Amino acid sequence: MSGAVLVLGATSDMAREIARAFAAKGHPIRLAARVPERLADDKADLETRFGVPVTLHAFDALDTAAHAGFVAGLPELPEIAVCAVGLMGDQAETAADPEAAARVMRTNFEGPASILERLADAMEARGSGTIVGISSVAGLRGRASNYVYGAAKAGFTAYLSGLRNRLAKRGVHVVTVLPGFVRTRMTEGLDLPDRLTAEPSEVGAAVLRGVEKGRNIIYVRPVWQVVMTIIRALPEPIFKKTSL
Amino acid sequence: MTVLSGWGGYPRIDTEVLRVRDEADVARALDGGPLIPRGNGRSYGDSAIGAGRTLDMRGMDRMLGFADGVLTAEAGVLLSDVIEAFLPRGWFPAVTPGTRFVTLGGAIAADVHGKNHHLDGSFCDFVDWVDMIGPGGAVRRVARDDPGFDWIRGAMGLTGIVLRAGLRLRPVESGWIRQEVRVADTLDEAVEAFESRLDAPYAVAWIDGLARGAALGRSVIAFGRHAARDDLPPEARTDPFAVPRRREVPVPFHLPDFALNRFTVRAFNAANLAAGRRAEAKGPHLVDWARYFYPLDALKHWPRLYGRRGFMQFQCVLPLETSRAGLAALLDRIAAAGLASPLAVLKRMGPQAGRFSFPMEGYTLALDFPVSDRSLALMTALDDITDGHGGRFYLAKDSRLPARRLAATDPRVEAFRAERARSGADRVFASAQSERLKL
Ligand SMILES: Cc1cc2nc3c(=O)[nH]c(=O)nc-3n(C[C@H](O)[C@H](O)[C@H](O)COP(=O)(O)OP(=O)(O)OC[C@H]3O[C@@H](n4cnc5c(N)ncnc54)[C@H](O)[C@@H]3O)c2cc1C
Ligand SMILES: NC(=O)c1ccc[n+]([C@@H]2O[C@H](COP(=O)([O-])OP(=O)(O)OC[C@H]3O[C@@H](n4cnc5c(N)ncnc54)[C@H](OP(=O)(O)O)[C@@H]3O)[C@@H](O)[C@H]2O)c1
Repeated sequence: MSGAVLVLGATSDMAREIARAFAAKGHPIRLAARVPERLADDKADLETRFGVPVTLHAFDALDTAAHAGFVAGLPELPEIAVCAVGLMGDQAETAADPEAAARVMRTNFEGPASILERLADAMEARGSGTIVGISSVAGLRGRASNYVYGAAKAGFTAYLSGLRNRLAKRGVHVVTVLPGFVRTRMTEGLDLPDRLTAEPSEVGAAVLRGVEKGRNIIYVRPVWQVVMTIIRALPEPIFKKTSL
Repeated sequence: MTVLSGWGGYPRIDTEVLRVRDEADVARALDGGPLIPRGNGRSYGDSAIGAGRTLDMRGMDRMLGFADGVLTAEAGVLLSDVIEAFLPRGWFPAVTPGTRFVTLGGAIAADVHGKNHHLDGSFCDFVDWVDMIGPGGAVRRVARDDPGFDWIRGAMGLTGIVLRAGLRLRPVESGWIRQEVRVADTLDEAVEAFESRLDAPYAVAWIDGLARGAALGRSVIAFGRHAARDDLPPEARTDPFAVPRRREVPVPFHLPDFALNRFTVRAFNAANLAAGRRAEAKGPHLVDWARYFYPLDALKHWPRLYGRRGFMQFQCVLPLETSRAGLAALLDRIAAAGLASPLAVLKRMGPQAGRFSFPMEGYTLALDFPVSDRSLALMTALDDITDGHGGRFYLAKDSRLPARRLAATDPRVEAFRAERARSGADRVFASAQSERLKL
C-alpha cells in the first residue's frame, strides 16, 4: 500500500487529474478545499474508479493562522503533498485595486508558502516525503499582461527552490511544476495555441512521473522549456517593447 | 468562438463552447440562447455542434458509485474509462459501439448499437435511469420504463441534457472473445450466415465495397462471445482479464486526397479478405477485447487518412423484408461508383425501441466516403435506394441529409417535432444538425 497524497486546492481541474493519477496507483487521497462539500462527487469518483479511501478537508490558503492546526488534523502526515492553489486575477483590476492585488499575491505565494512550510517541517522531522508546488512559467519573467500574478508565482518558485535546497539532505524532496498553458477553469474563454496547451490529464500524468522519478522542475509539455529559454534570453531593451 | 466539427471533420462550424463541471453549471447555461450538449465528438457530422452554443460535457466525468452491476456516473464519463475501471473486476459494457471513446451521454443520446443488437437491443436497454435536465431547468430522474424515457433515447440531445445515468454492466469471466470467422463469397451467403446464427451474441460483417457482379457482397463475418475462464489456455487463467497492451499507432498528419483511391482500397480489401480466410481456417479462436470491439481505436487520428477535406459516413437500416434486395441495390451502386470505402460494415438489428431511436429489425449498412461532389452525388443515390426500400438513416453518422428526405423516410419525425414544441425543448436545444433537418 502506498502512502497518502494530500491535494490542496482540490476543486481545480488540474488537481482533479493529479488526484486521479495518484489514486490509480493505489494512494489514499486527502482532498482539501475552501468548501469541501463541493468535493463529494470527486470523492465518490476516486473511490468508484480506483477503490482507494478518500477524505475531505476544509482548507483556506489565506487563513495562515489555521495552517498548523490543519496539518495536525489530517488522518496522517501525508507521504506526498501537492499544492494547486492559485488565483490568476484580472491584471487591470489588480492594478487598480490594492485589495485585489494583495489577494493575488497572497493566494499564489503567501498562502501556499505558509502551508508547505508546516508540511515541510513535519516531513523533515519524519525524514521522508515529497512536496509538489504548482507554480507557473509566468513567474520566469514579468510581462505586462499579468505581472502581479507573475511576481507572486516568481516568489513561489524561489520559495520552492529554497525549500528543495534546505531539505535535500533530509529525505524530503520538492518538485516545482511549471505547467505552461493548461485548459482549465482559469483559462476558460482564452484563445490558447493548441501546441502549447496541455489537458489537465497531461498535468496529472506529468506530476505522477515527476514525483516517481524525483525530478526537481517539470514542464508539462517539453516545448515550454524551449519557449521560456528564448523568452528569458531576450535582452531587456528588446523584451520591454514586446507584447508576449 | 471555436470552429468545431464531428469525427469526419466535415462540416466545420463556428460555435461558442462552454465547459460545464457540475449540474449548477448546466442549469446556469440554459438561459442564454439555444445550445446543444457535446460528448466526445465521435458522431461523424454536425449533431454535437450547437447552433449558437455548445455545452462541453467532458467536465462532468465523475463515476459516482457501483452496486449490483449498476454503475452510477455523470454523462461525460467515457466508455473507455468504464472498461479500464471495471473489466479488471469482471464487468464490461453490455452494448458498445465500434469506438470506446464515447461518453455515456452521447451513447444515450444516439442510443448506440453494438454487434449484439439482434439479441440484446441498444445502449439504452441497459440504462436503468437517467437524471435529465429539461428546457425549463428542472432536473428529473426518468426510469427506463417511464414513457418519458422513450423521448430521451435516440433524441440526439434535442429533448434535454442527460446529467447522470445508471448503467447496467455485463458480468464477464475474461477479457477475451471467442471468435469464429466466416468468409461469405456472395451477399446471399452473408445474409444466410447472419440468419442461421441469430443466437451468436456478437456478429458483424466487413464488406468488400469494391466487389461487383457475382462477388457482390463478398464479406468477412466475425461471430463472437465472451470467453469463459475455462476457454482460456491454463497460463492465462490466473489473470483472465489481462490482455496484451497494444501501442496506439498515430496517423501523423493528413494524407493527401489521393492516398485513398480505388487501387489502395482494392489492395486493402484483398488483404482483409485473405486475413479473413486464414482466420476462418483456424476455427474458433481467442481475440482480446480491444482488437475485437475496437480495431480502429488502435489507429489514432485515423480520419487523417481521408485528407484535410474530411469524410462522411452513410449509414442506413433496411427492414428485414426488403434487406436482401435493398442491400444488393446499395452495394451495386457503390461498387459501380468505385469510390473508396475501405470500412464498410454490415450488422443484423433486432426490433426497434423508443420514439426516435435509429435501429429497426433488419440490416444496417455503414460506409465512409471522402468529402467530394462525387461522394455527395453517390450518397443521394443511396438515399433514393434506402427510401425506396423503406429504410431510414442514422443521425449520429449524418452530416448532409436534406430535411425533406428525413421526413419522407421517418414518419416519427412529426411526433418528435410536436414533442419538442410541447416541452419547449425546441426553443432551448438546437444543433447545426437539428437546424438542417428542421427538427
Ligand atoms: C470509429 C467509430 C465507430 C462507431 N461505431 C458505432 C457503432 O458501432 N454503433 C453506433 O451506434 N455508433 C457508432 N459510432 C457513433 C458513436 O457511437 C455515436 O456518434 C456516439 O453518439 C458518440 O458519442 P460522443 O460522446 O462522442 O457524442 P457526441 O458525438 O459528442 O454527441 C452525439 C450526440 O449526443 C448528444 N449528447 C452528448 N452528450 C449528451 C448529454 N449529456 N445529454 C444529451 N445529449 C447528449 C449530442 O448533442 C449529439 O447529438 C461510431 C463512431 C466512430 C467514430
Ligand atoms: N491553467 C493554466 O494555464 C495554468 C498555468 C500555469 C499555472 N497554473 C496554476 O495551476 C494551479 C491550478 O490552477 P487551475 O488552472 O486548475 O485553475 P483553478 O481551477 O482556478 O484552480 C485554482 C484553485 O485554487 C483554489 N483556491 C483559490 N484561492 C484559494 C484559497 N484562498 N484557499 C484555498 N484554495 C484556493 C481554487 O479553489 P476554489 O474552487 O475554492 O476557488 C482552485 O481549486 C494554480 O496554482 C494556477 O496558478 C495554471
